[in-house]
Amino acid sequence: MTDLQKQIENIKRISGANPEKCMRCGKCTAACPNYSEMEYHPHQFVYFIENGQLDRLLKSDSAFRCMTCFACVERCPRDVKPAKLIEAVRLTLIRRKDSNYLKPDEIPQKIDEDLPQQAIVSAFRKYTK
Amino acid sequence: MKYSYYPGCTLKTKAKDLDLYARKCAEALGAELEEVDEWQCCGGVYTTAQDEIATKLSSVRALTCARDRGQALVTVCSACHNVIKRVNNDMAESEYVRTRVNNYMQPENPYKGETKVIHYLEFLRDEVGFDNIKKAVVNPVKRRIAAYYGCLLLRPGSVMAMDNPENPKILENFITAIGGTPVVSPYRNECCGAYLTLTDSAAPEKRSGLIVDSCEKKGAEMIITACPLCLYNLKKNGGDKLPIVYFTEILAEALGIK
Ligand code: SF4
Ligand code: SF4
Repeated sequence: MTDLQKQIENIKRISGANPEKCMRCGKCTAACPNYSEMEYHPHQFVYFIENGQLDRLLKSDSAFRCMTCFACVERCPRDVKPAKLIEAVRLTLIRRKDSNYLKPDEIPQKIDEDLPQQAIVSAFRKYTK
Repeated sequence: MKYSYYPGCTLKTKAKDLDLYARKCAEALGAELEEVDEWQCCGGVYTTAQDEIATKLSSVRALTCARDRGQALVTVCSACHNVIKRVNNDMAESEYVRTRVNNYMQPENPYKGETKVIHYLEFLRDEVGFDNIKKAVVNPVKRRIAAYYGCLLLRPGSVMAMDNPENPKILENFITAIGGTPVVSPYRNECCGAYLTLTDSAAPEKRSGLIVDSCEKKGAEMIITACPLCLYNLKKNGGDKLPIVYFTEILAEALGIK
């Protein structure tokens, strides 16, 4: 098994999602509130993982554009759970050494006095390890 | 009736009104909210990967405390509710997660998802009853109010089980109970942009702008929410078109507490 195949297997395992159930209807992407800001859209995450093209997803920052709103999960007619696959790709990226997407030093210039703590802890949970 | 209560860190700092009026209104409605002992931050967002064990521990501590007291656990922040309820579901349903969490925490009595987790809105609907709230109102709000649910209260519907995730009614029925007129926006359960506010502010600008515009066009005079991050994104990106407040504030107004 190549490294890429191992990573794909790991993504399927930790997400608990099965991309092979997808019938390519595109409803997940149609439901996604942020698809226009993503290089690869939710249905492409599913397709690329199924077809061994994970490297494309790992080179893109699309996984960091997902807001984990779960619209794609709720509206997928095949219960594929695209957001869980996207989260597993995001984790594959940030679990690498020195690969945090958001650095603590960047925080001070991004906050204003109304920003809730919830935003900071959520961003750290999604973007750093 | 006594309940365990999980406020969460944002409610102790930037969202004090969400917490303060939740407590005052519960008291006025004859319920006692007992804060969980030594609770810790839920982490703000649930991590969906099953091998994410450490990120679930703080929720399990709160859940175990409520279980040991024999109480249901009431949450009020949408984000805390989403995290805690989903972790609770994992502890009940996923042997993988349950085993690892209990092995790590070594509680006297292993936790298996026994606690009933209810959001404050469910407490109002199912424990107090909207009819009784209607009777307790001394100051009907008499405004056209748009309910903004966001994502976290409703999804995934199979776990959150609060309401129909695509066509919810709970907040609209709440608005009616306190004497207001609900205004329904098609964006009421679409994401505000969430934590992308820190990494890519274009997303919340666009999403929250759409939500507030839509509520205004439908004739709302005010928007209510249960989530501090939704409130922040909507206020920051929606201009000053409409006042945006926590649902507990407007409840307190109706009950004559505020
Ligand atoms: S909605 Fe589901 S079935 Fe349709 S393309 Fe997306 S993942 Fe595949
Ligand atoms: S969870 Fe992510 S990918 Fe799915 S609809 Fe929401 S933003 Fe899009």
